[in-house]
Amino acid sequence: MKEIEVELLKLIEKNANLEVEKIAKLMDKSIDEIRELIDKLEKKKVILGYSTLIDWAKVLDEEEVTAMVDVKVTPARDVGFDKVAERIYRFPEVKAVYLMSGTYDLSVSVKGKTMMEIGHFISEKLSALDSVLSTTTHFVLKKYKHDGIILQDADEGDKRIVVSP
Amino acid sequence: MSQVSYISKQVADLKPSGIRRFFDLAAQMEDVISLGVGEPDFVTPWNVIEQSFHSLEQGYTSYTENAGMMELRKEISKYLIGNYHLTYDPSDQLIVSVGASQAIDLALRAVIDPGDEVIIVEPSFVAYVPTVRLAGGIPVTIQTEAEDEFKLKPEQIEEAITPKTKAIILCNPNNPTGTLLLQEELEQLATVIKKHDLLVLSDEIYAELTYDDAYTSFPSIPNMKERTILISGFSKAFAMTGWRLGYAAGPTEIIAAMVKIHQYTMMCAPTMAQHAALEAMKNGRQSVQSMFESYKQRRNFIVSSLNEIGLQCPNPGGAFYAFPSIKATGLTSAEFAEQLLQEEQVAVVPGSVFGANGEGYIRCSYATSLKQLDEALNRMKRFVQKRM
Repeated sequence: MKEIEVELLKLIEKNANLEVEKIAKLMDKSIDEIRELIDKLEKKKVILGYSTLIDWAKVLDEEEVTAMVDVKVTPARDVGFDKVAERIYRFPEVKAVYLMSGTYDLSVSVKGKTMMEIGHFISEKLSALDSVLSTTTHFVLKKYKHDGIILQDADEGDKRIVVSP
Repeated sequence: MSQVSYISKQVADLKPSGIRRFFDLAAQMEDVISLGVGEPDFVTPWNVIEQSFHSLEQGYTSYTENAGMMELRKEISKYLIGNYHLTYDPSDQLIVSVGASQAIDLALRAVIDPGDEVIIVEPSFVAYVPTVRLAGGIPVTIQTEAEDEFKLKPEQIEEAITPKTKAIILCNPNNPTGTLLLQEELEQLATVIKKHDLLVLSDEIYAELTYDDAYTSFPSIPNMKERTILISGFSKAFAMTGWRLGYAAGPTEIIAAMVKIHQYTMMCAPTMAQHAALEAMKNGRQSVQSMFESYKQRRNFIVSSLNEIGLQCPNPGGAFYAFPSIKATGLTSAEFAEQLLQEEQVAVVPGSVFGANGEGYIRCSYATSLKQLDEALNRMKRFVQKRM
């Protein structure tokens, strides 16, 4: 990957909302050049989407619950863990699936509106899969940092004096 | 009743810093976007802060050696070898100071006798002239010009030299212009400096922040190490301004003299800050790199935006300042800065506070978030359009 591509990716990873004109200025390139580059990275599926990180805990009506589920599974012949992982990640309730080393095989992140809803999904859908041997569910109680972003209400104001040498 | 002033004549004669005066003005206003700040907007990297907590927990709360913790001096020495191929003996050629500012003060007091002249290149950092005066020296200023990208020319040094000239202060990259002197240019200056046997105070505090060209440390030029006091610190590259930690490297005899003054005045730099700096040197490179990338992008952004507005601005090679011309507005730099502050609540520093030839320019620091920078430039555009 070229240096310029990495620089662009780092910029939009931090702020997907950055206008092409600004990116061009920041990187000292033309607007067309940046458009072309973004296009190319999208086609190559390096850029997979543009998402917004929202602290839903602050939005009263939209409360949601997240659970991290440790899953032990039986791998299948020829396809190992991939097939069962796919059966799990296709569920819309599932937000992330990772193959893990250690005491369990898959780490599954599940989101729902209530604990009941998640409980229902795990017992009725996830645990019911033939290759799933066991699940251990951990509910997330509070988020402090997500995807490199600290979520607490820190005072982000500029503490520096207005003019200095 | 007569009022006796107890203030020394030398101090009474010092002019208050133009920056302070402007700061007082800006401080009275609310919601100011400041491009007037000469320090990073990043908080010190967490591992560095955490290490200072740890050092306190471990009970490191007493004095260190006068010249600074040996372990830190060794790390600084390794850094100078690694970055600039400069070898300094940590036992007697390095001193850890309370910020680079104290290192400048110590260096000047160690070498200046009353009446010695010191050449200062303007536009310059506001502290050089007063610290030379406080050391009993006479500051002799050289005016660099925008047409030369504010680069010092060897013949300018020749012209400024008198039998009393002892030293020259170089700041590379320069505060406030951001001008970076390249190896070849430094070599040309070195020829004159050697010919006249001058001592050099090389202020390299912004050395980590050079964007397009390779950085050359002045003492790495042949025959210059023995006549140069290299001054640097942790403030700018590691976002550690409030920790007040700097250092100087130089010939044994000069460093010994500096340590002598330091031991009677400061004793040593703060211990917890020294522990923090040690961590910064050992494990802070990644943070420096990521801050550097942001500064470079913002530099590109501010320079192109200022030129679009019509404030002619060359591309500064280093530091985190843009130094655009405001001559097209017909205002003096103080008028421009004051009116911009009053009308649009954007603080910049008038170029005139950095020396006579800073008139007609303003210093805009881009060590601020892109969002703030963008808004400040929109406001400046509105301000300038009314006047051009």
